[in-house]
Amino acid sequence: MILVWMIVVLLAGGVLCWLVAQRNQLICRWIALIAVVTAFSIPLGWYLRFKPVVTAGNNWLIDYQANWIPAYGISFHLAMDGLSFVLILLTFLLGTLAVLCSWNEIRERTGFYFFNLLWTLAGIAGVFVAMDLFLFYFFWEVMLVPMYFLIAIYGDFNRRYAAYKFFLFTQTGGLLMLLSILAMYFIHGQQSGNYSFDYFTLLNTTLNDTAARWIMLGFLIAFVIKLPMVPLHNWLPDAHSEAPTAGSLILAGLLLKTGAYGIIRFVLPMFPQASAGIGWLAMLLGVIGIVYGALLAFAQTDLKRLIAYTSVSHMGFVLLGVFAFREIALQGVVMQLLTHGISTGALFVMAGMLKERLHTRDIDQMGGMWTAMPHMGAIGMLFVMASLGLPFLGNFVAEFLVLISTFDVSPVLTVIASVGLVLSALYSLRIMQKVFLGQLQTVTQPPADLSAREWVIVAALTVAIVFLGLYPQPVIDMVGGVVTGIVRS
Amino acid sequence: MHQLLPYIPAFPILGFLVLSLFGRKLSKPVIATIGAGTVCLSALITIILGFSFLQTEPPGGVYDQLLWSWFSVGNLSVDIDLRVDALTLVFIFIITFVGALIHIYSAFFMWHDGDYARFFASMNLFVCSMLLLVMADNLVLMYLGWEGVGLCSYLLIGFWYEVPSNCRAANKAFLITRIGDTALLIGLFLLFKEVGTLNISGILHQAPDQFATGSSNIVLITILLLAGGMGKSAQLPLQTWLPDAMAGPSPVSALIHAATMVTAGVYLIARMHVLFQLSPVTMVIIAIIGALTLFVAGCSALAQTDIKRILAYSTISQIGYMFLALGVGAWSAAIFHFFTHAFFKALLFLAAGVVIEALHHEHNIFMMGGLRKRMPVVFITFLAGAAALSALPLVSAGFFSKDAILWYSFSAANGNPLLWLMALAGAFITALYTTRLMLVVFWGETRTPVHRQPGQGMVIPLVVLAFLSVTAGFIEWPHNMLHLTLFSAHVQKVLPETLLKTTLPSESLFQLIAALVTLAGVFLGYILYYGKPGIRWQQSPALAGIREFLFGGWKFDQLYNFLFVKPFVFITRINKSDVIDKMYNGIAQAGLRLNSWFSVSQNGSLRLYIVGVLAGILFIITLQLLL
Repeated sequence: MILVWMIVVLLAGGVLCWLVAQRNQLICRWIALIAVVTAFSIPLGWYLRFKPVVTAGNNWLIDYQANWIPAYGISFHLAMDGLSFVLILLTFLLGTLAVLCSWNEIRERTGFYFFNLLWTLAGIAGVFVAMDLFLFYFFWEVMLVPMYFLIAIYGDFNRRYAAYKFFLFTQTGGLLMLLSILAMYFIHGQQSGNYSFDYFTLLNTTLNDTAARWIMLGFLIAFVIKLPMVPLHNWLPDAHSEAPTAGSLILAGLLLKTGAYGIIRFVLPMFPQASAGIGWLAMLLGVIGIVYGALLAFAQTDLKRLIAYTSVSHMGFVLLGVFAFREIALQGVVMQLLTHGISTGALFVMAGMLKERLHTRDIDQMGGMWTAMPHMGAIGMLFVMASLGLPFLGNFVAEFLVLISTFDVSPVLTVIASVGLVLSALYSLRIMQKVFLGQLQTVTQPPADLSAREWVIVAALTVAIVFLGLYPQPVIDMVGGVVTGIVRS
Repeated sequence: MHQLLPYIPAFPILGFLVLSLFGRKLSKPVIATIGAGTVCLSALITIILGFSFLQTEPPGGVYDQLLWSWFSVGNLSVDIDLRVDALTLVFIFIITFVGALIHIYSAFFMWHDGDYARFFASMNLFVCSMLLLVMADNLVLMYLGWEGVGLCSYLLIGFWYEVPSNCRAANKAFLITRIGDTALLIGLFLLFKEVGTLNISGILHQAPDQFATGSSNIVLITILLLAGGMGKSAQLPLQTWLPDAMAGPSPVSALIHAATMVTAGVYLIARMHVLFQLSPVTMVIIAIIGALTLFVAGCSALAQTDIKRILAYSTISQIGYMFLALGVGAWSAAIFHFFTHAFFKALLFLAAGVVIEALHHEHNIFMMGGLRKRMPVVFITFLAGAAALSALPLVSAGFFSKDAILWYSFSAANGNPLLWLMALAGAFITALYTTRLMLVVFWGETRTPVHRQPGQGMVIPLVVLAFLSVTAGFIEWPHNMLHLTLFSAHVQKVLPETLLKTTLPSESLFQLIAALVTLAGVFLGYILYYGKPGIRWQQSPALAGIREFLFGGWKFDQLYNFLFVKPFVFITRINKSDVIDKMYNGIAQAGLRLNSWFSVSQNGSLRLYIVGVLAGILFIITLQLLL
């Protein structure tokens, strides 16, 4: 039941924000903050109270099922295992920070803004716990449409183009996924006479090879567009760079993760043979993504666009690791989802803070910011280092696990992927050099260093990334059952 | 005793945390106390630990302390686990002891810098990372230290980040070492695949059973580890970053780019010596790389005019000696040279820092001169360091360590007369450029006035290091002179003894040759540079080309620029806007084009519509009639 509550709180909070905003914008912000913090505290409090331990055999921590449209076998089925739990925590952590970092940035149509923000978060949370494919698709759309508005209304100069592009790419994938869901529904229904959208029921469908391959491709394409995989990544740089700061934070930190989550939750368990069949191709595309994204990141002069391409590169590790079908690699992938969410999220937040102060995203017009803002410089250094995979920060653990395990499967691809580590140093140091180092440009007034609100944001992210870097074991234990379950099948 | 282990890296990291979080609010004396004090405490604990180790050796010759389990998945389990054996002890002694001296020196040297806290925070972080590197019980933790020192090196080379060239130097150092690091990482993957563990003692234990001598896997693994070591230790062909790294403050050059970090490669190879012994090919490669590096870098040092760049090239060259020793299997000789080199090279850099400060940040040695009388303490200490660097017989620590390497490069089982000749040529060159440096800086006429004398706090570390530069060699004598081999007896608890050829010429003869060659180098330097400020032979056009070639470090930078940097920048530039995006935009364009074509038909003209409808009907009827 707590799963329902945490989604309902967000949805209701969003509506309330919209209603209140005409009267008072400050109250609207506070409502948004309280709603998302409440939603955060629900799973967190539950965890602290029950201290659930994942036992072998049963990975499911919470299971809630209610009838929705029984005539078509659609139920309101939410469930949470270790994988969902850590991603839910990430969602609400970044969600809270997203509300905080929009505090002063958004000054017009505040109510509708927070409505969209909270509904997107609700959609993402729903995606991570929905165990009914119809419900899953529903949440998939719930997170998409408000995001479209966030970009299209509150974005930068080129926002319309970016929003269309984002919507078209994602929706194309979504439709393919819908087709696949329906195909699964009917095939299973014909076989067993039991028409149901339930994940656990459909998991036992026996498919012939051809059908499995096509249906799997439908799911997979939807998910790899979200991930994104080269060459389906082109929506990402535009959407990320044009979106408002909170939008970029959620896009990079959470929306990309839904793609990876989908592959781990649906594609691998439902179509083990079919996905093994294209494993090498997916790994190859992952490696291409790592290198290609890094090369593009290096060339960019728009700070947010640069960071966006680093996401393409980092998500290549996810694809590489997932299709290695190894326990260690999958653990690395889950770590990568969390740490990339935090570190790239932090970089986008930083880009947003810089933009608020300098009114530009062009790194050629920055420089010397360390002198003006030593605290932000230090934090920037930390997250730049996280993004290039420095040990003692979480990203290293993730990439190390992925690479050491895929090396067993394909040494050649792993070596090429490791070249990505050198390339990541190239673009990361470039960020540092262009933005923070060098001579302070002659500006009329040096920008102010971090405010108290901004300190809260960066401190939370810093603690999270260092913790995951030095003591990732709790997360590894949490998702251990899920991972071994998938690898065994 | 093993409970003390965590405190050694813990104090510096504590210093780092305090300084980085609250550094801006603290006064300079407090910052200096925290920055230098934490490292002094580490040094103190290390010395206590060292005494206890030497008195009663712990069981197995190892102090071991598990802190916590880092991560554990499937068959991969990595702990944060500290381990100190005889080899590590030498390294942590140098890191903390020389580190403490350099920190004390820095407290005075950096006093007038605006970013005092940031400097000490980075230095403390460095000491902690370096300690983790050598104390790590497994290769992943070692890699953590390995990358950590790289980060600190980057931060400190670019410490004065407002000057663009400093940032470029920092980036260059980070990237080039990162190439080596990545090779090292791939080596770890392969090692894990083959051995199934990344625990150092586990690997060393299992390797002889796992790998046949000279099998392709072990060769590949050792080459990859070597590549990592070459990046960090600035060996050919990854040496180009170190001369530029001199952009950092002088204490940084002394600590990171002379005494400790750049010898990480030496540590790695010595630590994993079992693997390298299984791969004779790699050993030969190490020896050749070392010999080439010491020669190439030595020649470059001859042509430099910047005092710190001379020392930087000499560092590369001396580490070349260490690699040569490792390559021929003279393990303890390599570590011994690391030991003495840490003292005298740190000393030279610190003294150079004093000189540079005193002369208004003048780096060019030909703008110095005549400092012998005006800075007598610096002169004496510098002389002690220079004597050790050029390995003056018997009166310097450098002699004892370098002589051993020269001897083993010939006499060890893997030794070779060619290697010996290279090393001998290197010894000659070293003596020559050291003499040049001494004569030009301290003799001759005054060219820049001294504006500030060093304070007590800076002189004391110089004196301590100078004393050690002279005396540190006395703990290990050549076999034919005195039976006192404390150092090799200590490290050979971990490292194997050097195997010698069966029939050998007289060691004394070789020592005599080495001594004569060194003295010849000094003499040549004396002839060429004593009292001749405007040296005539330098102006000859025939030599100018060679000089320029050596001055530019054998043009490696230009080569890499041409081979790697330019193509990379070119490729990324032309694809800045992402070709794949063109495809999608093409689809969108095509859609718009179609739209514009079809929208021509929708023009509101009723007649046209009727024509269209009729044409359609006609078409369908025709079709039906035909079929």
